[in-house]
Amino acid sequence: MPQRIFITGYGIISCIGNNLEENLTSLLQSAPGLGRLNHVETILRDELLVGEVPKTLDELFILAGITPAEGYSRNALLGMIAAREAAVNSRLELYPELKTGLISATTVGGMDRCELYYNDFLTNDSRNAYIDAYDCADSTEKIAQMLGISDFVTTISTACSSAANAILLGARMIRSGRLDRVLAGGCEALTKFHLLGFNALKILDKEPCKPFDQQRAGINLGEGAAYLVLESDESLKKTGNLPICELVGWGNSCEAFHQTASSPDGIGAYLAMKKALDLSGLSPDDIDYVNAHGTGTDNNDLSEGRAIEKLFGARIPMVSSTKPFTGHTTSAAGSTEAILAILCLQHQVIWPNLNFKDRIPELCFPPVDKLLTDVPVNTVMSNSFGFGGNDTSLIFTKVNANNENSAGNADNV
Amino acid sequence: MAYINGVGLISPQKTAETKEFLSEIMEYKADYLKCIEPLYRPYVDPIQSRRMSRLIKMGIASAKMSLADAACTMPDAIITGTGLGSVEDTEKILGEITKDEMFLNPTPFIQSTYNTISSQVAIQLKCHNYNSTYVHRTFSFESGLIDGLMQIEEQTAANVLVGAIDEMTMNHLQITRRIGHWKMEPVNNLTLRETGTPGALAGEGAAFFVLGNEQHESTYAELKDVATCINLGGSFKPEIFLPDFLEKNGLSAYDIDLVILGVNGDVTCDPIYIQFADQFFPGKALAWYKHLCGEYHTATGFGLYIAANILKRQIYPGILHLNNIKPGKLKHILIYNQFRNVNHSFIVVRGC
Repeated sequence: MPQRIFITGYGIISCIGNNLEENLTSLLQSAPGLGRLNHVETILRDELLVGEVPKTLDELFILAGITPAEGYSRNALLGMIAAREAAVNSRLELYPELKTGLISATTVGGMDRCELYYNDFLTNDSRNAYIDAYDCADSTEKIAQMLGISDFVTTISTACSSAANAILLGARMIRSGRLDRVLAGGCEALTKFHLLGFNALKILDKEPCKPFDQQRAGINLGEGAAYLVLESDESLKKTGNLPICELVGWGNSCEAFHQTASSPDGIGAYLAMKKALDLSGLSPDDIDYVNAHGTGTDNNDLSEGRAIEKLFGARIPMVSSTKPFTGHTTSAAGSTEAILAILCLQHQVIWPNLNFKDRIPELCFPPVDKLLTDVPVNTVMSNSFGFGGNDTSLIFTKVNANNENSAGNADNV
Repeated sequence: MAYINGVGLISPQKTAETKEFLSEIMEYKADYLKCIEPLYRPYVDPIQSRRMSRLIKMGIASAKMSLADAACTMPDAIITGTGLGSVEDTEKILGEITKDEMFLNPTPFIQSTYNTISSQVAIQLKCHNYNSTYVHRTFSFESGLIDGLMQIEEQTAANVLVGAIDEMTMNHLQITRRIGHWKMEPVNNLTLRETGTPGALAGEGAAFFVLGNEQHESTYAELKDVATCINLGGSFKPEIFLPDFLEKNGLSAYDIDLVILGVNGDVTCDPIYIQFADQFFPGKALAWYKHLCGEYHTATGFGLYIAANILKRQIYPGILHLNNIKPGKLKHILIYNQFRNVNHSFIVVRGC
């Protein structure tokens, strides 16, 4: 029987909180974190609405528990803060005999410092400490160094599905027997580079984003980091950690349609969700809640909505996008939203799709627009789609609810 | 384990335009070694091609070369490793946003995203299968190979396309020269090891491989296993790791016929390789290749091309010899690479 994959801890920093507790509080109060940009200098500063972590670089050093030094990007510090919270929760420093990996995701990497110092890079030696901090691997290696994780370390970049693919790879590496436990997730800091890039693509909403609404007008970009600890059942026997939930399905598919647009029928989204379901051995009816990618763009929400309709048919599960809370944290979105979906399992709640008024006429379902409490939630799906049509879907279940399913799986195999 | 069933390589050598194996060696005196690009017309629609940056065209072309080589039309997974993605596009945007924020051209922004190569290959092939991109310095390609090996093991894929692709620009060279990555002056690539100076000779390349679950007529070799080891303050212990890794694959150091080292002419870095070879592979044939392609994050793509061809053709070209020892046979090759004594990687390839 293949190794089961359990989630035993996680850590998160976003515009709605510096840790898990603060994020949970904001969600329960339906309090979004969008606001004006304070830490990136751009002429769009007073125009854009973003999900920025309200901390300066110096404050992030304090949260990360390290002495301020040169060579640290905002991206790396955000990553270190969330990774440490997850590592502490799952006591990763114990049991060094377990094979432990770090799989992190980012796309703009240390661009937040690079774009500030680029002219210095070109003309003088004053910012040399930041030259190496610009690539995607820098934040990952700083996290690995801080936590002493050395059995396997890599970085994934599939744009806005990056962190979901980090979780997917972690699960596969455990199942293949290469690793016993994995710290997987992603980090991304807001930069002028991608704010202006998304702006040039004309897909940013200047107002709070309205996913799945007829009047939706685009994305609010956000920043943050989120990491989950994945453990095999063998690892659990050693660590004694209590599983929060089980990762039972994952699927990755490519739209192969357009570099930045989703296909009208959402083929990539459909295939990613379908693969995840098939792997889990669950039926569409078993999914209680879909934390949608739901960026708020015209294109994504219609395409994703159609894919959801195609997969689930007459019985559409509860669906919401939590991007109106956190903004679209791009490479960190996959792990951020996986955690928010898992919180639904833990607390038997469904997070509201804020700012929703009118259903998209082409779709048969509206998202959940009010906080629901005391609802039975046993199985959740988290969708993350990226530029390049890189689509990934993950399925998590409550551990006790899944015991029977898992036994059923074994029979099928 | 998987079979290497197809190879496509664009490099500073004439690897794209000929099926011959290093029959003619390109000599340069340059700041960095630049790829000899093929005519793109057979690989990319000329209208699309005009909008594509160089790295993307090299990626698509080398991917298609490897697929044709393996007679594979639709891979079950597309995986790319790239340390830096499209440097040219990233620099265009940085140039624009540090001057004028108003009129940013979205095309370089779209192409600067690291997963553009994997997704453009998928778009070209209309391939909806698994698609991913690794971006971890000199682990980028190796991570992709590990993912590819797992796809085959999981029996979710019969054919996996795995790429290793990076480019250099003069701007990026100048910036990274500040932190000692490169030689400070143009050097001759063929006498690279005689420079006696710190810093490597930079290079670039686009290599794609088709990994398959079955042996075909086109098969070059077996990709037995791949490992990456990060060295955090001395955590990497090759004397423990290496025998263990080889043993897991039913091998010992004795079985390795040829060791391909990442020697790059940097006097601060090359002793690590030589010490490694002396310690674990005394008396064994040693090869190097970075005088042909230069140093870059995914240079082991060129290394794997070399290993695959040596095993398939059973020839060991003199240009690759690092010592005077002739291998008794050409069955098992170990490729060892390291970056700043932090990122160590190992690839074992076996002749069929």
